[in-house]
Amino acid sequence: MPAVSKGDGMRGLAVFISDIRNCKSKEAEIKRINKELANIRSKFKGDKALDGYSKKKYVCKLLFIFLLGHDIDFGHMEAVNLLSSNKYTEKQIGYLFISVLVNSNSELIRLINNAIKNDLSSRNPTFMCLALHCIANVGSREMAEAFAGEIPRILVAGDTMDSVKQSAALCLLRLYKASPDLVLMGEWTSRVVHLLNDQHMGVVTAAISLITCLSSKNPDEFKTCVSLAVSRLSRIVSSASTDLQDYTYYFVPAPWLSCKLLRLLQCYPPPEDGAVKGRLVECLETILNKAQEPPKSKKVQHSNAKNAILFEAISLIIHYDSEPNLLVRACNQLGQFLQHRETNLRYLALESMCTLASSEFSHEAVKTHIETVINALKTERDVSVRQRAADLLYAMCDRSNAKQIVAEMLSYLETADYSIREEMVLKVAILAEKYAVDYSWYVDTILNLIRIAGDYVSEEVWYRVIQIVINRDDVQGYAAKTVFEALQAPACHENMVKVGGYILGEFGNLIAGDPRSSPLVQFNLLHSKFHLCSVPTRALLLSAYIKFINLFPETKATIQEVLRSDSQIRNSDVELQQRAVEYLKLSSIASTDVLATVLEEMPPFPERESSILAKLKKKKGPGAVSVELEDGKERGELNGGGDRGGDAAIAASNASTPSPSADLLGLRSAAPVSGAAPSAGSLLVDVFSEAGPAAASAGVNDDGFLSALHAPEASDSPLVEGPGDSDSAPTSAASEDPAPPLPESDELLNKFVCKNNGVLFENQLLQIGIKSEYRQNLGRMYLFYGNKTSVQFVSFSTTVSCPGELQSQLNVQTKTVEPLVEGGAQVQQVINIECLTDFVDAPLLNIKFRYGGALQNISLKLPVTINKFFQPTEMAAADFFQRWKQLSQPQQEAQKIFKASHGMDTEVLKAKLLGLGTALLENVDPNPENYVCAGVIQTKAQQVGCLLRLEPNAQAQPGEQMYRLTLRSSKDTVSQRVCDLLAEQF
Amino acid sequence: MIGGLFIYNHKGEVLISRVYRDDIGRNAVDAFRVNVIHARQQVRSPVTNIARTSFFHVKRSNIWLAAVTKQNVNAAMVFEFLYKMCDVMTAYFGKISEENIKNNFVLIYELLDEILDFGYPQNSETGALKTFITQTGIKSQSKEEQSQITSQVTGQIGWRREGIKYRRNELFLDVLESVNLLMSPQGQVLSAHVSGRVVMKSYLSGMPECKFGMNDKIVIDKQGKGGGATGQSIAIDDCTFHQCVRLSKFDAERSISFIPPDGECELMRYRTTKDIILPFRVIPLVREVGRTKLEVKVVIKSNFKPSLLAQKIEVRIPTPLNTSGVQVICMKGKAKYKASENAIVWKIKRMAGMKESQISAEIELLPTNDKKKWARPPISMNFEVPFAPSGLKVRYLKVFEPKLNYSDHDVIKWVRYIGRSGIYETRC
Repeated sequence: MPAVSKGDGMRGLAVFISDIRNCKSKEAEIKRINKELANIRSKFKGDKALDGYSKKKYVCKLLFIFLLGHDIDFGHMEAVNLLSSNKYTEKQIGYLFISVLVNSNSELIRLINNAIKNDLSSRNPTFMCLALHCIANVGSREMAEAFAGEIPRILVAGDTMDSVKQSAALCLLRLYKASPDLVLMGEWTSRVVHLLNDQHMGVVTAAISLITCLSSKNPDEFKTCVSLAVSRLSRIVSSASTDLQDYTYYFVPAPWLSCKLLRLLQCYPPPEDGAVKGRLVECLETILNKAQEPPKSKKVQHSNAKNAILFEAISLIIHYDSEPNLLVRACNQLGQFLQHRETNLRYLALESMCTLASSEFSHEAVKTHIETVINALKTERDVSVRQRAADLLYAMCDRSNAKQIVAEMLSYLETADYSIREEMVLKVAILAEKYAVDYSWYVDTILNLIRIAGDYVSEEVWYRVIQIVINRDDVQGYAAKTVFEALQAPACHENMVKVGGYILGEFGNLIAGDPRSSPLVQFNLLHSKFHLCSVPTRALLLSAYIKFINLFPETKATIQEVLRSDSQIRNSDVELQQRAVEYLKLSSIASTDVLATVLEEMPPFPERESSILAKLKKKKGPGAVSVELEDGKERGELNGGGDRGGDAAIAASNASTPSPSADLLGLRSAAPVSGAAPSAGSLLVDVFSEAGPAAASAGVNDDGFLSALHAPEASDSPLVEGPGDSDSAPTSAASEDPAPPLPESDELLNKFVCKNNGVLFENQLLQIGIKSEYRQNLGRMYLFYGNKTSVQFVSFSTTVSCPGELQSQLNVQTKTVEPLVEGGAQVQQVINIECLTDFVDAPLLNIKFRYGGALQNISLKLPVTINKFFQPTEMAAADFFQRWKQLSQPQQEAQKIFKASHGMDTEVLKAKLLGLGTALLENVDPNPENYVCAGVIQTKAQQVGCLLRLEPNAQAQPGEQMYRLTLRSSKDTVSQRVCDLLAEQF
Repeated sequence: MIGGLFIYNHKGEVLISRVYRDDIGRNAVDAFRVNVIHARQQVRSPVTNIARTSFFHVKRSNIWLAAVTKQNVNAAMVFEFLYKMCDVMTAYFGKISEENIKNNFVLIYELLDEILDFGYPQNSETGALKTFITQTGIKSQSKEEQSQITSQVTGQIGWRREGIKYRRNELFLDVLESVNLLMSPQGQVLSAHVSGRVVMKSYLSGMPECKFGMNDKIVIDKQGKGGGATGQSIAIDDCTFHQCVRLSKFDAERSISFIPPDGECELMRYRTTKDIILPFRVIPLVREVGRTKLEVKVVIKSNFKPSLLAQKIEVRIPTPLNTSGVQVICMKGKAKYKASENAIVWKIKRMAGMKESQISAEIELLPTNDKKKWARPPISMNFEVPFAPSGLKVRYLKVFEPKLNYSDHDVIKWVRYIGRSGIYETRC
């Protein structure tokens, strides 16, 4: 680009800027700016035409004033004029002003676009670049609309200069990111891929960014780029450091390009072509080899560039997860970095190893570094590195080293940073549970945990320990003994008191034989903590006391005394007072039999997924996913789901065990356990008043009504658009506004998720039937309005509206209906629907008519849901799982666990899943009871692939039957919406 | 109570920092600079709360004075103190400027030690302070003098020392008023009030007992029943007095009696809202001619006795933000378009009562993309007139000195009225 010549320096601008810099106060600055603005206004207003130089100068000043934070509301025209100048500096300032200051002002945009068009079609590469930069900087929708077609042409044209190609690629990338719907794929896509072969490295670098972005949305269209990228990569990797000249950075050939190539390859599965694959493996090996070579330079830039490539290569290896040899080598390489001087390297190594640990090939290799990692956890200065070390320890933990790791993490907890304590606690709790061989170890660990980091132990952790103790007979006695001992510490954490109160209340009798822990001693020990605790804990302790009365009648008098004391029975807290009063009465009135029945030992909890995991996932987001995969494998062993053992490997890939999985205790229904654990059943009604999932099951009756319907041909729809239609304006203006949708309209909507035909609405006057068909992203819906009375409806009108953002997501066209509906007659209306992009809401149908003079106003939701645009996709099991894996980002998945509201009839379920529009895939899931579906949602803007997995738990009691529904799709909103819709259906 | 007091220059550099309480840390200094002095948006509130710390600031030319506290103090007290502090500094070294503060920083710390103790304001009467805080080096004081100062400063009349002697007993009384007005374009008064001060400068011997009388409506009415006084009276909305005035006597009899401090003091402050004499009437006429031109005509009428002369008259006519050129014609005085202030400023040196003058201007506008309409800010005006727009009259000021032998008649008394404009605006 031409350098700015010395004569071009704008003196006036320099003076103005130095004036402003010299201002003593804000007021002085504002005064100076006002003066300058007035001057510029008078210059622009002046009849004398300004020459290019002064125009540029004043526009520059305006820009400077704007950047100081003042409003500029003129000068746009002058800036646009500058665009047509032939001098580079003037054009540049014009573009600069426009990209900073232009707003979507219609008339100016047209002029600007015109100027940009001129520059784009000029042969001058610098002008073309300026124009492209301006488009990219503004990046608005208007720009995209105007130039989205033009830029690809420039990009792939043979005679375009390299620098322009570079700019064009980046500009297109910007437009695509801003408004992906406007950048349409076309024949240029294949030619863009071939830019990877371009001579000029800069062009390749720019193009690869574009391709990476595009291919993440449409992987299929850019498939060919894999082999090109591999060959390019191999050429770079194998080149000597001097080959690439300008693109060699501190002896590393084209590091940025290499990283981008490796990142592009991470968008795709391993290449199927053996030759390509071989070449790629060779490349990766070379990269790993190079890491071993002694550095060619001592400069930090050299090692940074080299390591950047190495880490990108390692993440590609992890992504492929198919080359055991490479995985192990990567692991070894990372192991070296674990002890590197550079903190950043250690951080990255720990982070990458975390992902390596989840691969079955390299898990063992990772484990060899356990000592180093533990050392890092203890000695690392930087808390973020320590955090990564803790993550890695968690990831590499398995049965063989669980005890060691848990012990290390526990000992680290005492000194751990406050910011990571809570997470550490959760991890220790999970590991202890997952790999517990021996439950006394588990109980010890958790109690230790509470002792060390009581404040950071969340409710879930101690819920879980109680749950496990209750369910395991063999550990109860030991648990009682341990908590008793733990409680003897002079200061113990409230969570410990909670656990102690609960366990002694349940199993205190198991250790009562020992005179050192006789009932009275137990009680006194608990009661000595009572006054230090918060209200919920006190409530729990009161419940423990009443359990004591049941377990040890000899303590009755003492406990009644305590309950009777003013501090309990007149406690200002309602809950405590109520418990004290009720327990006191219960203990004095009820006979021992009744007491024993009421205060029976808690029944075992149903086996459920650990809520701690859910909490960790929530805390960590994506990071925890890999661990969760493992979890599916392991839980089978712990919770006795042995029958699933064989499938574990497959199940691990999608983290779904068929065991009924509702959250333990973490859910609302768990509240009673925390508050009134061993509570006296009916006495505390409020405690157990749990809102039942009373999902009103709206029966689906298909028959009866549709007898009157006939399937109309689209061509002969009896629609007459006579003039009478248009001027039949409704007479009553008062209630013209559409009524709010009926309260049941959501239910009506759910009724139609899995079927296309039926009765949408019925009351005494009107019946609305529906018939619909969908093809790709288009749909046609026939609505039949049946007059059930013998009197005619007048001023009959219907409107379909798309509220809010739905307008831009759905295109709905309706034809008007006859304003008169005779008694007993039926009119038909056709609605054409086009799905532009995915949507959530349903369009509103508003019906107005007069019946006997009274205006009827009904609003309904039209049963148009996103799943209607499904196209079934058949695929084999291997395909399915591969795609399932690809959609592994947490936001791509939506999961729901819900109670069945209908029976679990296989045929009915299948019919519903087919009605959803997806293909039901047989023999894919290892568990024949599970359902697996696949489909593609067709919208105008894009296609969204969608995979579905429904796991019923039929073994459970009727009424307790649960489903787990998991959806993965390439778009998060789609997953969520389809999941929500479907969850209502079963 | 005040936890600390900082003085900054316009750049936010700390010139004076005095911390009185431990709860104010060093970072408070920076917090104020970052959040107020260097704030992106200009901070208009004089009280700023940053991280549970309250900052009260006043600005004098380019100097910021900020009082800091963590407690819930009486904000009016803090501001009163800050103003007093400004008065004291002005009395000691003149204008408050960066230069002066740097040159007198020892003095300022000395003053701060005296007038604030552990954050509680103390005696801030300049007269009293000057007896023991001087700028003229260390003058060794005899024990007698020291004890005299102590007894005087801690005594009942801390604002006046004994044994003052003048050959001529003289007394100056200034009634200073500022009149505020907001008027609709049609000439309807939307709001108007006068805030006034009575400033007294006395050169009297001994400990004179003074009594001040004015045409306060309540007093006149009371007397009217007995004596039947003539002349109009004014209704005072609220008033405050110098600490020397005996408030118990004012409450009981509404008579203002006091022993004045030597030299200048502000005897009272008051505010009136009824029957205000508006010295000027502004009649604006704004006409938009197309999108690119604006015609403005403003007439001012003086509305007081023809024998009186108003001075320093300045009319400020705001111009739109897209003004590209202005032509002005005025009958009297000088008018100029000031681009840096976005206004036409019309200045007249002198103007007699019951006169009229006019200015007309043509404003050329630059068409802008902005659809925002010009907000038409009000036309404001400054002036000075030699009477009290509230109608206040000094009826008497009697001086009694029982110990020394001069009587009320021997004192030479001067009274002066000055009415100034406060915010005197007319919408257009």
